Amino acid sequence: MLPVLIGLFTSFAKVGLFTFGGGYAALRLIQTEVIIKSAWLTMEEFLDVVAIAEVTPGPIALNASTFIGYKLAGIPGAISGTLGVIFFPVIIMLALTYFVNKLKDNRKMKAIKTMLRAAVLGLISSAAFSMGAAALGSALSIAIFAAALGAAMFLKADPILLLLLTGLAGAVAGL
Amino acid sequence: MSEHEPKKDIRPSIEEIFLLFFKIGMFTIGGGYVMIPVMQKEITEKRSWMSKEEFTDMLGITQAAPGPIAINTATYVGYTLRRKSGAAAAVLGCTLPSLIVITVIAALFPTMMKYAAFQSAFKAIRPAVVALIAAAVLKLTRTCVSKPVHLVVAVLAFAANFLLKVSPFPIIAACAALALLLPEEVL
Repeated sequence: MLPVLIGLFTSFAKVGLFTFGGGYAALRLIQTEVIIKSAWLTMEEFLDVVAIAEVTPGPIALNASTFIGYKLAGIPGAISGTLGVIFFPVIIMLALTYFVNKLKDNRKMKAIKTMLRAAVLGLISSAAFSMGAAALGSALSIAIFAAALGAAMFLKADPILLLLLTGLAGAVAGL
Repeated sequence: MSEHEPKKDIRPSIEEIFLLFFKIGMFTIGGGYVMIPVMQKEITEKRSWMSKEEFTDMLGITQAAPGPIAINTATYVGYTLRRKSGAAAAVLGCTLPSLIVITVIAALFPTMMKYAAFQSAFKAIRPAVVALIAAAVLKLTRTCVSKPVHLVVAVLAFAANFLLKVSPFPIIAACAALALLLPEEVL
């Protein structure tokens, strides 16, 4: 049991350390770790994991690590996979946050922040475009998109409420 | 609260941080980016735990670091509000919902995934997620772009990531380097 738990932790720690830019990038790394290197899952099982990770709450990388951990070693496995994937990100972010808060009034830091704000606008737009390319295929999906955008922009609708309502509508309508 | 602060402590408590991130973790459906509009609403509009500027600055830092965006964001917000215990509460809060939900699903799988309603709900949520992120981008524009040069940088970052598939880290690093090299009047 213990070697499996340690293996899960180290594999997912690697995934956490080398993932930049969100969950989908993590999936490719997870695939390498759990199928190619460790042969813990078959490709088919992995695709199931991806499907589940996408439709459940929480970051995709986190969901995948929890699910694979559970499959291999029950609840202790789910916990080691989860701890593994968040280990490096939490440490690195703590250090970064410390320095950013410390240098809050530094002039160079202010210049960097101004530039990063602009970069972030580009990066998040890019994420919206990639996700849109995958999600907006049908007339119905475009209608949902337009309605949700209008509700968020002009009615100041609560994002959580919007997600719940569209999910419920989808389940009832049986898309 | 052993610190003797002259003014009243207006920071949110550890419990409030945990509960908010638990809620956020529960509704981060369809990838970590959906957290951005949810947090924008909860942290800067409903609660004013952070100003719009602080929130935007945080987004830059969280994209520069490796790992799930949700975890990075939780660490940053938690630490900024309440140091290490705040970070621990936020990370725990945003991790627990998926740990619980996934463990239950893994135990019940594959029965649950066979429900068509489950899949249909997700199909309807995906375009809404894109809309929410698009709305977040539109709101961010006001805090991000105050000079034409910012718009140029945003478009370049977009093109590098979307068209050339450059990952966020080199883009953020290049922008930071540019900020140090360019004279301050330009920025």
